[in-house]
Amino acid sequence: MVTFTVEDHDGNRQTVEAPDDMGLSLMEVLKASEYPVLATCGGMALCATCHVEVLEGENALGEATDVELDQLENLPEYFPTSRLACQVRISTLLEGAVIKLRGEDN
Amino acid sequence: MITTDICIIGAGPVGLFAVFEAGLLKMRCHLVDYLPQVGGQLSEIYPQKPIYDIPGYPEVKAQELVDNLMEQIKPFQPTFTLGERVEHLNKQEDGSYILVTNENTQIHAKVIVIAGGLGVFEPRKPALEKLDYFEGKGVTYMVKNPDTFRDKKVVLAGGGDSALDWTIYLSNIAERVTLVHRNETFRGAPDSAAKVFDLANNGKIDLILSANLKELGGNGQLSSITLEGKNKEEIVIDTDYLIPLFGLSPKLGPIADWGLSIDKNAIEVDTRDYSTGVERIYAIGDINTYPGKLKLILCGFHEAAIMMHSAFKYVYPDQKLSFKYTTVNGVNAF
Repeated sequence: MVTFTVEDHDGNRQTVEAPDDMGLSLMEVLKASEYPVLATCGGMALCATCHVEVLEGENALGEATDVELDQLENLPEYFPTSRLACQVRISTLLEGAVIKLRGEDN
Repeated sequence: MITTDICIIGAGPVGLFAVFEAGLLKMRCHLVDYLPQVGGQLSEIYPQKPIYDIPGYPEVKAQELVDNLMEQIKPFQPTFTLGERVEHLNKQEDGSYILVTNENTQIHAKVIVIAGGLGVFEPRKPALEKLDYFEGKGVTYMVKNPDTFRDKKVVLAGGGDSALDWTIYLSNIAERVTLVHRNETFRGAPDSAAKVFDLANNGKIDLILSANLKELGGNGQLSSITLEGKNKEEIVIDTDYLIPLFGLSPKLGPIADWGLSIDKNAIEVDTRDYSTGVERIYAIGDINTYPGKLKLILCGFHEAAIMMHSAFKYVYPDQKLSFKYTTVNGVNAF
């Protein structure tokens, strides 16, 4: 299991625990934890509704692919540690990270 | 006017297979899709990707599945309106509908099936106050007719290929082109980026990097844009047009205004027959939602079969539906 913190659109923080050995993406875990993540495209880095900003632990998230960077680059709002949660695999590297939801939620 | 039994909105895999299920019940289908070709995401986004969870196919390429579906539904002679989007549904006295597209194509159908997948890809909008107000009054998200911008001042915002390409193109048409980008570099095609830097160095365009759109100004018509620069300083530019180019994002589009029950960008349906709350309108595939919903092609196929049996009563109100296997009856073409 890995534990990290999620900050919602209103700034409320909660810790989330997720299994790190099931190949889940961060988007899937956020959805399962009932965060308002639309994930319209189902994880293909197409809609960017699972946009998150990594507030702490950004080095733990690994490299983004070109497809993800292209999508992020296009967003009107973008931060130096922006990621698409659907492209972030849940692993022990996420331990202690703080993730802020940034995607459109309606 | 096009006349059909069933009008299917969306020509992705589920919309296509729905034609087959309808055909077995002798119901004719017309399909409408905003994309210029059939196949939905499979053809548009990942034609060469293998899919592994289509029953009976250990592995099939997305485009191959679409081609096979087209072959499978050929006996039922479906007709298509491609590159158009259904905007309005007009209910007729007998309960049937006339669908009207953005190109004013009209389709008369007894039943409507929404198989719209992710929806339609619409321009992503920046979060700016008064953006809605200035839409059509100087703010536009696409260049439909470049001549609109002749001898005008135009600001483009964005860093992708379309921002670069339109900056280059409009630099020969507009009085003045300004490109605003929030980074120092571009991820778009290196050739286009180099060209944009050249144009800026030669004074042909204004390139403002590390800046963000902050405020729109104007009285009834856009006349200025305020940017926030690298050091939080304000930069005011006089302009006639703003073209924000921040990519496309899938949205429900006009479907959201048809009085259907919507939850998180999906249409709520009754799992007994995938009907919406509105009589004669069904929703199948990725665009619907219900408890336990899985966004899988194979689930969409199942929904199509159940849904068409339910729709039979609207197409043949005087006939009794009898369930038949293709192994017994074969596929009887129209």
